[in-house]
Amino acid sequence: MSFSANKATFGTLIKRTLVKRIRFRGRSLVIGIPLWWLIVFFLIPFVVVAKISFSEAIIARPPYSSLLEWKEGGFLLLKLHFSNYLYLLEDSLYISAYWSSIKVAFFSTLIALLVAYPMAYYIARSTERRRNILLMLIILPFWTSFLLRVYAWIGILKTHGIINNILMSLGITSEPLVMMQTNFAVYVGIVYTYLPFMILPLYTNLVKLDNSLLEASADLGANPLTTFFKITLPLSVPGIIAGSMLVFIPVVGEFVIPALLGGPDTLMIGKVLWDEFFSNRDWPVASAVAIVMLVLLVIPVMLLRNAQNASRAAST
Amino acid sequence: MNKLLATAVLAAMMTNPVLATEKVLHIYNWSDYIAEDTIKQFEAKTGIKVTYDVYDSNEVLEAKMLAGSSGYDVVVPTSDFLQRQIAAGVYAKLDKSKLPNLKNMDPELMKAAANYDPGNAHAVIYMWGTTGIGYNIKAVAKRLGDKAPIDSWSLIFDPANAAKLKDCGISFLDASTEMIPAAMNYLGLDPRSTKKADLEKGAALLEKIRPFVRYFHSSQYISDLANGDICVAVGWSGDVFQARDRAAEAKKGIEIGYSIPKEGALQWFDMLAIPVDSKHKDAAHAFINFMMDAKITAENTNFVWYANANKASMPMVEQEIKDDPGIFPTATVKARLWGAKVYTKRTDRIITRLWTKVKTGK
Repeated sequence: MSFSANKATFGTLIKRTLVKRIRFRGRSLVIGIPLWWLIVFFLIPFVVVAKISFSEAIIARPPYSSLLEWKEGGFLLLKLHFSNYLYLLEDSLYISAYWSSIKVAFFSTLIALLVAYPMAYYIARSTERRRNILLMLIILPFWTSFLLRVYAWIGILKTHGIINNILMSLGITSEPLVMMQTNFAVYVGIVYTYLPFMILPLYTNLVKLDNSLLEASADLGANPLTTFFKITLPLSVPGIIAGSMLVFIPVVGEFVIPALLGGPDTLMIGKVLWDEFFSNRDWPVASAVAIVMLVLLVIPVMLLRNAQNASRAAST
Repeated sequence: MNKLLATAVLAAMMTNPVLATEKVLHIYNWSDYIAEDTIKQFEAKTGIKVTYDVYDSNEVLEAKMLAGSSGYDVVVPTSDFLQRQIAAGVYAKLDKSKLPNLKNMDPELMKAAANYDPGNAHAVIYMWGTTGIGYNIKAVAKRLGDKAPIDSWSLIFDPANAAKLKDCGISFLDASTEMIPAAMNYLGLDPRSTKKADLEKGAALLEKIRPFVRYFHSSQYISDLANGDICVAVGWSGDVFQARDRAAEAKKGIEIGYSIPKEGALQWFDMLAIPVDSKHKDAAHAFINFMMDAKITAENTNFVWYANANKASMPMVEQEIKDDPGIFPTATVKARLWGAKVYTKRTDRIITRLWTKVKTGK
């Protein structure tokens, strides 16, 4: 009797744990996929780069020394060369390159925001039919290769390009304007390329804006401008932050656009990285440059997130 | 990601012996550097299927070679880069029994190339050339008059001249180890000097010229010279000749000239070599041997306008090319050419740092 009762409870126990385990497995699978993705494609490469940044450049294949070394008597020697990081401080080039990358990214983000906001606003206020067409038009350029679109800008901006040909045939200028290989061209290229990344988050935010708030504001006697600054703009801050981060972060490390459109004095960290990696064949210093860039980008983003979370917690 | 893909493909190939022995060949060569039908002829002759990729700087090639598992079977580094890469253990020794066409090569030039690769053990010369000045004949004459010093580095290294050419556009190669020695040569210093003071003097001159330079790039100038978007370029001989050809084809009245400056110029060799991890070494040898065929070499020289080192091909090279002192320099000019110096890591860093300073002013 007692035995069979025991057996029954034992059976249900097994059943329960099995169900639990399956549930647990299902959950860990769902969480696990992105986790593994991050480990394989972010953490491991990051560790490899970090490892190289502590090694020493040598003429070999691959061109850096090993961190671990077996010594006689069974010693495993770990050699970390911090010199690569110290070198970044020694030479003002790196600091000014980081600084000018951040500057370019900041102003590009600002310009993109000023251009994108009215566009996103207009799309959000349009009828649904038109909205879909407009959104389509924003996404459409992504179907052409990014590189091809940057090359198209070369054709537009160059000395005997489209703009200069038009200006000169209309007699507005007699000599062609030099636009290629200038910072102007870099800003044009960056703002053009990253504009959709600003428009889309702004749009998703603005389209959710509650119309009754605007009506209430108008009923209370506020003019459209006041309504915009008091209601629409503050409510769209999350969209502004999301869009700005999507633009700012990749632009700091941008290499292709400054390399193709910029001039020799367009100093950006991507180009410095290229030089370290390719011209100096110094993979360790190149890795150190990359790690520092990552740290410089991750810390502000984390601070921003904390601030956002704090404000969200305060408002609820 | 690419590497991952390559590894996956490689793994697939290893588990499938049929695929591994399939006759394929992966070639990585400079852009605009082969006659249009050379690859087709090779494929037709040998039945080997060729994948042909291009690059425009030694640095890009070197990074791939040093990383290893590039997947390429034949690559074309320039002599001084070749020397360093051999030291790093990047290239396989050539099996000369598979290269009967070596008999066609000019022993004198091969001896010069042996300075970088003792005994020519790892590579054979594909083409050679000089680093000189390409210029838009009319645009330069308009700004500097008939007495423009087109046969001298002073055309661009004298700030007074460079200032007058600024508006029509000057371009420099984005290659520190070619530009700084050229400036040193103009200043009367030994272009092969590794003294920091000498290198700094060369860089200081370039810094003075920099405000007049439109851009630093190693392939863009071909089309820009041809279209009149720039008017003077420090460039590689054959590339300037290609610009000249394109300009003539476009019939917009642009004429391009090339000069080896009288002070001297860099002479370089582009070398065919086989990476040590190549999976198709037999096919690679077959290709290198094919490229040393007298007729094929002549066709390539006739197309790319670079001098070859193939004695047997000379009767088939167009007279116009043979007579061009910019391609096959006269003995007196030849005496003033210098070979690239292979620098130590320290000197490399000094030069790159000076070069960054020249380019960015920082």
